[in-house]
Amino acid sequence: MGLIEAIILAVLAASTPLLLAATGELVTERSGVLNLGVEGMMIVGAACGFGGAWLSGSIIVGALCGIVAGVLMSLIFALMTLGLAVNQVAAGLALTILGVGLSGLIGARFVGERITPAPKLRIPGLTDIPLIGRIFFGEDAFVYLSLALVGGVWFFLYKTRPGLILRAAGDNHASAHALGYPVLKIRMLSVMFGGACAGLAGAYLPLAYTPFFIPGMTAGRGWIALALVVFASWLPGRLIIGAYLFGAVTILQLHAQGWGIGIPSQFMSALPYLATVIVLVLISRARTGGSTAPAALGTVFVPDR
Amino acid sequence: MQLVLEKRAERSNTIALISPLIAIGLTLVTMSILFAILGKNPISALGVYFIDPLTDSYSLQEIAVKATPLVMIAIGLSLCYLANAWNIGAEGQFLIGAVAGSWLAVKTQGTDAGPWVLPAMLLLGAIGGALYALIPAICKVRFGASEILTSLMLVYVADLFLDYLVRGPWRDPKGFNFPTTAEFDPVATVPVLIEGGRLHLGGIIALVAVAAGAVLLSRTIKGFEIRVVGAAPRAARFGGFNSNQLILLTFAISGALAGMAGIIEVAGPVGHLQPGISPGYGFTAIIVAFLGRLNPVGILIAGLFLALTFIGGEQAQIAMKIPLDVTKVFQGILLFFVLACDSLILYRFKLIFASPKVSRGAH
Repeated sequence: MGLIEAIILAVLAASTPLLLAATGELVTERSGVLNLGVEGMMIVGAACGFGGAWLSGSIIVGALCGIVAGVLMSLIFALMTLGLAVNQVAAGLALTILGVGLSGLIGARFVGERITPAPKLRIPGLTDIPLIGRIFFGEDAFVYLSLALVGGVWFFLYKTRPGLILRAAGDNHASAHALGYPVLKIRMLSVMFGGACAGLAGAYLPLAYTPFFIPGMTAGRGWIALALVVFASWLPGRLIIGAYLFGAVTILQLHAQGWGIGIPSQFMSALPYLATVIVLVLISRARTGGSTAPAALGTVFVPDR
Repeated sequence: MQLVLEKRAERSNTIALISPLIAIGLTLVTMSILFAILGKNPISALGVYFIDPLTDSYSLQEIAVKATPLVMIAIGLSLCYLANAWNIGAEGQFLIGAVAGSWLAVKTQGTDAGPWVLPAMLLLGAIGGALYALIPAICKVRFGASEILTSLMLVYVADLFLDYLVRGPWRDPKGFNFPTTAEFDPVATVPVLIEGGRLHLGGIIALVAVAAGAVLLSRTIKGFEIRVVGAAPRAARFGGFNSNQLILLTFAISGALAGMAGIIEVAGPVGHLQPGISPGYGFTAIIVAFLGRLNPVGILIAGLFLALTFIGGEQAQIAMKIPLDVTKVFQGILLFFVLACDSLILYRFKLIFASPKVSRGAH
């Protein structure tokens, strides 16, 4: 296997959790809710996903456990921000702090255990094509799922009526409410979808990326996913570019460390985080003319009956 | 059944006063349930957590030592949050402050530098923290980049930078390869207040920060501007207040306080620079700021309370084998309840059991 092929495979794997989590958050934000708790939902998804897979011996059960955990976490957030009109930024931070603690509690008994990672696709003939075979036909199911999810979300948001209503709720909740749409219900479902995606993204890490659980293994990926949504200007298609770009930075810095470049490893490890800052600045700067963010993003809505 | 919020005619001052207490009460109930799930006796677990640390003088001093960085950071954060500027990277500013101050301690190590070293270190810590906080603030003001995300990303960068220094250029040659600098000289160490005790000068500095924060907010025009920009941005624009300048100012103050807290922690209780100098002070301080209702005196009380949970958590781990992560769960739940109870100040909660009327009319 060539080095280039190995790097591309690694980039795809590293990008998938970012893409999954960012897709969910994009839908949440499109409905007008800023959930900063992605990191918290992901890390709980990772602990529950690994626990489910280890206890049942099934990757699918593990993935489902991750999804359910993410949804449950997101429901706490929905209750706070939609039910009790709590500030979304503060509630998102609380969700992350809670998630880090909970995942430590849940995951403590699984630390040091191993599972068989999710199998890679194998289609005789196609997977054996030199160079591109493994890249296109030899991934684990999550990689294809994440791409399908982006396509599905794009179709939903731009080609269906419920998608239009969801975007309306995110752009002007008062008007959407006046037209008789249940803004809070739409937002709750969007938050739950974001939770499901974040939970699955977290579960991907111990189920397919590295076949074991370590506390804090999300290492800021939830926050990077949040930045990706900004990078993508809230457009699903651009998430793919952004996620693969960040996956590439992550993998290249790892390889650069391996090649023994005379730069201390800590500086290389800091690259993905620095890249996030730089990208955020460049993107925000390019957009000074008019923001593409959903107009009602992060604002509290209390319907007057 | 449906939960409906009804706006109060005016904010309820009674609830504003008691809401943190309701939040703590609800958190304790939730924690009891969690302890029961973990198979521990809830009453004795809560006792170890919240009562035992208050009964001996060592723990009492230790609470004050842990509360010092929490209060200092939270005072700065409260200014940011009042001005609606979301600095959540105080942890990084804390670490960079520690690094900046330690630079002088490392450079003067073993020389006959005089007692000017410590004040200079504190100043460097404050400057380092302030400059590091200004990065996200400038990105926000100049380019419109979300300060929430950039300030948080810089936490990871600061963490890695500190790690590099203590494993690389600043490592103690006699330290058996442990990632740490040598112990700081006495002139580079924060003095303790009582001989043989743990309480150090940083406690006094934290109290000064509380007083300064209170004066700034209630007695100065800048403090007034900070509050108006956050509470009524439109009115602030009409008043001609420069909200960009206030973002820079609150970030700088908050970074300076976090940075100084960082160097005090390193030159005081820890005594040298090493990774893991903070058990998440920068993040816990966010909870302190909200639990203290973004009010300096409230923050002092809230800081002492959350310091208690750190000490209680350590004692519960030793005495009852309760995992340390319980403390983080506790802090997260507490923040949720604080935020939820704050909602009671502006709204009445109503449960409606019949099916609601058809919605009509805009908000």
